[in-house]
Amino acid sequence: MTAKTILSRPVYGTLSPQPGKHHLFIADAEGAAAILDMANSAPAGFFADAHIMFVPGATGTKYVEPLKKLQPAQFYEGPSIASALPRLRQTLATAHMGLRVYLSGTEGLIGQAMQAALEAGIDHTSIQTEQRGSLARRVQCVHCKGITENVTTQPATCSHCGLLLLVRDHYSRRIAAFQGVCINAEDPTENPPKEEIFR
Amino acid sequence: MGINFRKETFRDDFTFRNSPEHIRRFPFPFHEDAYMYAVNIEPHVPGPKGSVLEHGIDVDEHYVSEMHDRALVLAEDPLRCQSLPHMTLAGWDLLELLMTSKAESYPEHFTLNRDGDKWHWINRPLGIDDRFTFGDVSTLPYGPMEYITRQSQGDFCILDQRDGNLWMDAGIVTTQADWSLDFDIGMNFFEWHAPVPLAHEKGIFTRALKFLTNIQQGAPARRLNWTMTINPRLDTSPENYHKWGTDRATVTPENVGQKVHLRVELQSFWRLPRSNALVFPIRCYLIKMDELVTSPKWARRFHRVLRDLPTELADYKGLSRYRPTVLEWLSQYDDGAATSPGFGPD
Ligand code: HEM
Repeated sequence: MTAKTILSRPVYGTLSPQPGKHHLFIADAEGAAAILDMANSAPAGFFADAHIMFVPGATGTKYVEPLKKLQPAQFYEGPSIASALPRLRQTLATAHMGLRVYLSGTEGLIGQAMQAALEAGIDHTSIQTEQRGSLARRVQCVHCKGITENVTTQPATCSHCGLLLLVRDHYSRRIAAFQGVCINAEDPTENPPKEEIFR
Repeated sequence: MGINFRKETFRDDFTFRNSPEHIRRFPFPFHEDAYMYAVNIEPHVPGPKGSVLEHGIDVDEHYVSEMHDRALVLAEDPLRCQSLPHMTLAGWDLLELLMTSKAESYPEHFTLNRDGDKWHWINRPLGIDDRFTFGDVSTLPYGPMEYITRQSQGDFCILDQRDGNLWMDAGIVTTQADWSLDFDIGMNFFEWHAPVPLAHEKGIFTRALKFLTNIQQGAPARRLNWTMTINPRLDTSPENYHKWGTDRATVTPENVGQKVHLRVELQSFWRLPRSNALVFPIRCYLIKMDELVTSPKWARRFHRVLRDLPTELADYKGLSRYRPTVLEWLSQYDDGAATSPGFGPD
């Protein structure tokens, strides 16, 4: 679980079956386990009209068969979050009224899928989230605006402009990223060592 | 008598300074010898003649040069001015507020003629003479918020009010104390204040929000906030922090008087009539330590405030690196004498 640090950072919950017929699940890596846990308490036939989109990442094939066993109406497996987003946007754009959305896995996955859902006009109260797995962060460099994915260290190097960034807890839902600010701006000769802290 | 607009810079050679009259009218933010966050909000009623509170929207000798600096920032980084699609009406509200206020307070510099929705705006200091149709974006060179705030000192945030909260859904931010509009846009009151230390725990933001959401049209409110800036740089943005951050390491006992500035924000809150949004002008005033200490009371008091400032606040405001040097310099102006209550110089 993530400690609650700062008010701009979203608070995540635990997936639970919601009333309704149409259910869309988006998960990455260990996020699959959140769906499987929830399935234990779901009523019979719950997945008959469900769509599961899954990005296995480092979990490889571990969760693919168990998820398929839930017999969702649609199952998608994608190689990365970025590659899944066009399909997600299309799905949301053509969604039924009363669609229930369930997001589980890394903060990066939850954040980007949430962004797509809000842009599609889905009410945030009909979206459930559960954080599982890696605490790696998606970081926007406040200087060049480039986004660096899967940041596990403090500080971290911006993959676009190369500045050494302090990864703050300040979080933007609109950008779905934490803020990165140059850590040695006042004295560029300072070179604090990187520590692996977001795991 | 009109304002004598100074030609000066807030970057590179930093020729900004205050005239003696402007030193006297500086909005010194400390009413006692100590500082802590509080819900320091009061009605924005007109203050003494010549003070920064004489008019609802203050225009001063730095106006023309500040507007030039804003244009430079926007040319470099258009993301400093953003407005979510539903905020255009609030932009028109703001345009009306600023034009009517300026024309009424400073008729020798600004004129607004209105014939229904046909408006004629004359801004003499900036050499602008434009006719446009109120409400028709195609008749202005920019959106309404950007058009009028390119002609108004200070940053502006426009807050949409819904679900009992305020949402930062539009703004122009080029003279900020190290926060990013581009990152914060779309956030609510608690989210954009998230990085502030101690104040959440004290319940300050909960009480402040309650007050702000109840502000009525025609009854604006205000508060002061402060920090410090090395060199009279208006654009201390996080975006450019990797460029100006080194300034903070250049303070020496010899250059404190000229290099170190107290930076005060006169923040006001206005309900807008058509959109029901709230506009939040953040007007920045800078004063050099050499200028500040021309008031013995201000010198003594600022020394004590800075000396006793809690570490959390000093770190958050980014003063920690140069605080000891500035304190040492200020201490020569503090003989330990009592200071009178209230903001003004003695
Ligand atoms: C709706 C109007 C307001 C807006 C748009 C606004 C915006 C901001 C922003 C963007 C910051 C910087 C946060 C950061 O570090 O990223 C800030 C700081 C702060 N705000 Fe507000 N604010 C508003 C009203 C208020 C009110 C009414 C209070 C009242 C008590 C308040 C108290 C503070 C304090 C104490 C800080 C820390 C400032 C410092 O130490 O330099 N704000 N505000």
